[in-house]
Amino acid sequence: MTAHLIYAAAGLALVVLGAWSFLVHAPLLRKLVALNVMGAGVFHLLISVGYRGLDAPPDPVPHALVLTGIVVAVSATALAVAFGQRLEGSAGEQDRD
Amino acid sequence: MIDWLALSVALPLLGAVATVALPRFAVPLGLAAALPTVWAALMVMVLVADQGVQVSALGGWGAPLGILLRADGLAAALLGMANLVALAVSLYAPGYFRGSVLEARFWPLWMLLWAALNGLFLAGDLFNLYVTLELLGLAAAGLGALTGQRAAVEANLRYLLVGLLGSMTYLLGVSLIYTALGTLDLEQAARELRAGPVAWVSFALMTGGLILKSALFPMHFWLPPAHANAPAPVSAALSALVVKAAFYLVLRLWLELFGPVVGASAALLLGLLGAAAVIWGAWRALRAERLKLLAAYSTVAQLGYLFLFFPLLAELPAGTARTELLGAAVLLALTHGFAKASLFLCAGLLQKAAGHDRIDELSAATQALPVVTLGVALAGVALIGLPPSGTFTAKWMLLTAAIDLGQWPWVPVIMAGTLLAAAYVFRVLGHAFASAPRHGDAPPIDPRGCPGANAIGLALQLPGLMLALVAVLALGMTAEPLWDLLASTTDPSEAAP
Amino acid sequence: MILDAWLPAAIVLSSLLPGLLIFLLREDRQLLRTGLNMLGALVKLALVGWLIWGVYEGRVFESRLTLAPGLDLVFSADALSVLFVTLSTVLWLVTTIYAIGYLEHSPNRSRFFGFFSLCVSATVGLALAGNLFTFVVFYEVLTLATYPLVAHRGTPDAIKGARVYLAYTLAGGTLLLVGAAWLHALAGPVTFTQGGMLGGLVDDHPVQLTLVFLLLLGGLGVKAALVPLHGWLPQAMVAPAPVSALLHAVAVVKAGAFGILRVVYDVYGVTVAESMGVLGLLAVLASVTIVYGSIRALSQDGLKKRLAYSTVSQVSYIALGASVFGPIATIGGVVHLVHQGIMKITLFFCAGNYAETLGVDRVSEMDGVGRRMPLTTLAFTAGALGMIGVPPAAGFVSKWYLGLGAAEAGSDWVLLILVTSSLLNAAYFFPILFRAWFREPPARWPDEHIPAARLETSAPLLWPPVVTAVLSLAAGLFAASPVSPLEWAELIARREYGL
Repeated sequence: MTAHLIYAAAGLALVVLGAWSFLVHAPLLRKLVALNVMGAGVFHLLISVGYRGLDAPPDPVPHALVLTGIVVAVSATALAVAFGQRLEGSAGEQDRD
Repeated sequence: MIDWLALSVALPLLGAVATVALPRFAVPLGLAAALPTVWAALMVMVLVADQGVQVSALGGWGAPLGILLRADGLAAALLGMANLVALAVSLYAPGYFRGSVLEARFWPLWMLLWAALNGLFLAGDLFNLYVTLELLGLAAAGLGALTGQRAAVEANLRYLLVGLLGSMTYLLGVSLIYTALGTLDLEQAARELRAGPVAWVSFALMTGGLILKSALFPMHFWLPPAHANAPAPVSAALSALVVKAAFYLVLRLWLELFGPVVGASAALLLGLLGAAAVIWGAWRALRAERLKLLAAYSTVAQLGYLFLFFPLLAELPAGTARTELLGAAVLLALTHGFAKASLFLCAGLLQKAAGHDRIDELSAATQALPVVTLGVALAGVALIGLPPSGTFTAKWMLLTAAIDLGQWPWVPVIMAGTLLAAAYVFRVLGHAFASAPRHGDAPPIDPRGCPGANAIGLALQLPGLMLALVAVLALGMTAEPLWDLLASTTDPSEAAP
Repeated sequence: MILDAWLPAAIVLSSLLPGLLIFLLREDRQLLRTGLNMLGALVKLALVGWLIWGVYEGRVFESRLTLAPGLDLVFSADALSVLFVTLSTVLWLVTTIYAIGYLEHSPNRSRFFGFFSLCVSATVGLALAGNLFTFVVFYEVLTLATYPLVAHRGTPDAIKGARVYLAYTLAGGTLLLVGAAWLHALAGPVTFTQGGMLGGLVDDHPVQLTLVFLLLLGGLGVKAALVPLHGWLPQAMVAPAPVSALLHAVAVVKAGAFGILRVVYDVYGVTVAESMGVLGLLAVLASVTIVYGSIRALSQDGLKKRLAYSTVSQVSYIALGASVFGPIATIGGVVHLVHQGIMKITLFFCAGNYAETLGVDRVSEMDGVGRRMPLTTLAFTAGALGMIGVPPAAGFVSKWYLGLGAAEAGSDWVLLILVTSSLLNAAYFFPILFRAWFREPPARWPDEHIPAARLETSAPLLWPPVVTAVLSLAAGLFAASPVSPLEWAELIARREYGL
């Protein structure tokens, strides 16, 4: 009974931590990591929502959400990292412009 | 029976795949996907106008696990606008990118963005909205950074991260709704949501995430650099369509889900932020030195106007007055879509001709390209809100409603926003008439002394002009059917006794 | 009859469509451009003739286009709109001929004539506007169409003048918009109705309706150049002469004055406006403007600038006529709408002729121009005497009715204003006439473009002022005939007062 509530509370804590870290840290890479922490929190929360007791199968809808959400988060992270790499590579170009 | 709803999402997706697979034929393949997509979207609009709300369950799977597409009047109106603008962008892009490596790179992301946009307008449940919103954000950030220039990449990385924060917050709100109500379907959720902490918190989370994406003041900081540094056709799509999609979601959620339960104070807050955006955006646009930055700040201001409608809608009981005002809000959104896309397309050509977009040095380019300048002028008329544009009609109805409801403070905001907009638009247009330089040391202006202008053919100039004409004439003079179309919009407060 | 529903719209379109086509023409397609211009002007004249005949027969003309629920664009024709439409159509025809002659060799002619046609279309649109919303729409379109004309020369002065013009008129337009929307919120669609349309609403919202009146007056006063909202008018003088002529006689300034007439008579109703006490304010504003404009005109050496301040002063006679309660003053104000137009356009044509032919644009350079350009100077003299109000010129008729109306209404101080203004008019026009006719011409003119041949200047420049001068004399001489502007003004006054 309480296990999934603890799970949900941990998820919420991750969300808050992630959001806080996103807002207070300027470097974009740290913001990216913070967002992923926050995303993990949201997914935790959704998983705990799908819990329907030990005897019943879990609700499939939140699980579908989490799967899709992870796919989206991974692609977004990949794109952000690619952008970061590009910025890194062109760090010296500013003077030329 | 052809499923036009599914086609309007699937066709651009196919186009994205095809243009990735065969980059050498990106332009013909992209155009081959674009034309039927626009056709499908317009068919959806016609169907909704004729028969009311359209629903399509993909693969026969209904809610909650299947993907349900749904088009009501509001969705159809925005879908129609978005696809016409997208058509103009598609016709403009090949000429704009000709001879550049970007020519092939543009299409896959652009078709992906288009698919996400159509999907978002047609999504019938909260989770599909999330997926399409994310796809839209990813495609938009990728397109914005297409040139690979440092300023563009940096601006779009910021946009991407802010967008992610927004959609994570939105998803958090969705999970709260699902926990409390056990459904993701908008209609079902609307029936079951009651006023209380759940409604309040999920409203704050979802709307908060979305206003971050729609760049409502003071969450607008990411927009100007991202939109101003993108290639012109991309800026047009970002400013006219992508932020509009986020606004559409705020409006839709508020109309269907939260409006009846969260009360007037939340709407008032949205209105206040909108008012600040109108003034601040217009002021920064006036101070901008570059034309595309001006256009981007103008978007911040124009989105502000859209949020002014919330406190007024919140106070109106269901009925004709409310429907009429909602129509005015949609008309304003549509007009801005056409006008802002036109402004960016035209600005791109002036930039191409002059080699830069510094406003104070655009005299030669504006005079060498009169058709483009006419486009800027007409788009400007629509942005200021002067007749005969659709903005004027919408603004008139907004003013009348504000006065009628006794919400006076919005009146000076609208007036000041109008005058500031006039100031920034005519700051640009004045150069179209200047025959002598402002400063004594600069050489005299000769329209033929703008060599870049010769390379710009009429076919490249027409899409921008056409969009401006739609904003000024079609939406100004013949917008009445819009209200008939919106009559088939889901607004639960109308069903209430 | 189905055509009756199209006629007002057709009158607007008859200049709008040629204007749009002209934009597309290359600079060197002079014949086609002139043809389109003249075709539009003549078709419009024919349509207006049909309209006058129809209104005389008592037919109802109304074109309607619904823009949004409860928001209609309406063109309709009543006696007042017919008066203004006829004035602008006739003067547009004359000004088009003049402009073709004036701008023969200057650049950007297609752009100029395109906007010129738009400007007249907007004027005719607001003349035929059947409700306040339509009026506001065309009031703003007029601002937009006129800006390129003022900026046309492209010099820093022209750009600055155009910017000042825009700042004033758009600010005014915003006030008008808010006032009109407010009225719409209170009263629903504001249809222009003879005798006023507010009904019992005044008793419910006296304060709000007074504020609305002030907003509307503020908005209209900018274009009508009421002091202190007149600052743009002298600056807009940088525009080419045909534009100034159009601005001062037909389009912009007159649109403001016409709007004031509409608001006083057909929105509030003159009886209601009188009972609200807002007419007194209008009377004071108009009087101050009349005197101030004349005083400023005295000290101007630039001919066009002197004429501009004269316009500031003269247009306010129209507002003055509206502000004095009583049908006779109304006749004076309404008829001055026409008279001032004909006289002032003559004066501006002449000023343009002096500048274009001899390079004379200052009063101090006008010594002896009467001998070099006798016909132009005769026309100028007719216009100037009319402005002063020497009988039997048109201006005399206006002032006579205004004075009579003021005496009837017991506003004796208005008589004082009229006398002061006439003396000042004389003080700034007589020196010009004296120089022109009685001083020796200089050995050579400042910048003589067009040599004296059989005619003193080129034909399209010469005949327009002669024609309008004759018209202005005729309007005064034959004021008692059944087809005179005076007769029509009396018809309007009878209907507004329900006599």
